[in-house]
Amino acid sequence: MSDFYAFFIRFLPDLLKGAGITLLLTAQGLIAGFVLGLLATLARTYGSKFWRGLAVGYIEVFRGTPLLVQLFLIYYGLPGLGITLSRELSAFLALGLNSGAYQAEYLRGSILAIGDSQMMAGRSIGLSRWQTIWYVILPQALRLAIPAWSNEPVSLLKSTAVVFLIAVPELMAKAKAIAARTYDPIGSYLAVAVIYLAIVYILDAFLRWLERVSRIPGFETEGKRA
Amino acid sequence: MTHPILEARNLTKIYGQNVIFKDITLEVKEGETIVIIGPSGTGKSTLLRCINLLTPNDGGQVFLDGKEITARGYDQDEVRQHIGMVFQNFLLFNHLTAFDNVMIGLTKVRKMAKDRAREKAMEELNRVGLADRADHYPGQLSGGQQQRVAIARALAMDPRVMLFDEPTSALDPELIGEVLGVMEKLARDRMTMLVVTHEMGFAREVADRIVFMEKGSIVEEGSPDDLFYHPKYERTREFLWKITELYGKKEKGKAAAP
Repeated sequence: MSDFYAFFIRFLPDLLKGAGITLLLTAQGLIAGFVLGLLATLARTYGSKFWRGLAVGYIEVFRGTPLLVQLFLIYYGLPGLGITLSRELSAFLALGLNSGAYQAEYLRGSILAIGDSQMMAGRSIGLSRWQTIWYVILPQALRLAIPAWSNEPVSLLKSTAVVFLIAVPELMAKAKAIAARTYDPIGSYLAVAVIYLAIVYILDAFLRWLERVSRIPGFETEGKRA
Repeated sequence: MTHPILEARNLTKIYGQNVIFKDITLEVKEGETIVIIGPSGTGKSTLLRCINLLTPNDGGQVFLDGKEITARGYDQDEVRQHIGMVFQNFLLFNHLTAFDNVMIGLTKVRKMAKDRAREKAMEELNRVGLADRADHYPGQLSGGQQQRVAIARALAMDPRVMLFDEPTSALDPELIGEVLGVMEKLARDRMTMLVVTHEMGFAREVADRIVFMEKGSIVEEGSPDDLFYHPKYERTREFLWKITELYGKKEKGKAAAP
């Protein structure tokens, strides 16, 4: 155990550098995925037939195929079409597109739960359709979505590990390099596991805080009843 | 002042094979309170939604201040702010306080300056007796209070006419009075109102005219006296007798409870 401790301390600075990139990838993917997911779910719920079809197609394709396949198609496949992207950009695109498909589904559930009745109420005072979506439906739907959506940051964080396969120097890549250098795969992968765990722990605390500060008195029960 | 504010001509709504209502013609004059009564499932609520353009109609026209609002290309969002609507289950915006529920239409629809909007929102809450609940969320209010906020929300738009869709049907008996009280006050202030309700006491005392609807058609309309004491049709008599009997029973039941 003390061996591991010494090992851990020794490689911590290097691992933290990787963890920084992992966190950056997670944050970027989460934000891009949120914007994409929101657009996709709005298109699917409120859009015309064309936009609905496009959104459903996007969601199905990116939820229905492995992240790794998406990543390889973007990084190794697109150059065949004359589009060559950097490793970082490829990683960002794959993670964002993939996360967006999942986030769209989390958001859709709560938009449906808020229902047509709030739309009717909004329209009845003269708000337009999109004003009602923006000022009435989304503020409620996003709050309702938090508990289910909370899976996504954690899940995405762990998913970022696959991008070491295109040599983005994130946490997992660092671990692999350290393992190769020290011939100590157990120590290095264990160290990485500890760091992932610590990040997830902090993320969870943040998400609980988010849920708490966005809470509206009496709203949860209202939402369930609707 | 007798020109009609609101007029429905041959209004028709069909869902698939189902005729919800057919050829409804109705006129609401300035300052009038019209009460629509009739058995459940006769299309009364759908009629209100059609008048408000929340549900598209399948025939006929609606006029507001003499302009046909059902005409193709008419700005529906614009027209809805002039037709207030109060729903059976309140439908307040659950993420906003009572105050913000009233305020949102003022700032987002009427584009009023914040200061003026705040003043006006407070006035409207005052009008329904809920100024002291301004910072409560809907979830923290009783059903009666929620419905009064919903009335204030609609009133804030200074509508030409207010539609009420069974505003007290979802309320516990002891909360009905406060909502009817607000509506009576509005009627006294000569707000133009079209009310769907089963509250016969309200209909008898407040309505200028009562419209009896059944199976998607207007059977009979007239003053409360005419309908309650000299109905032309047997159907009207039967319905009123039944509902008054029911109402009477409820009263007795209430009196018997401790």
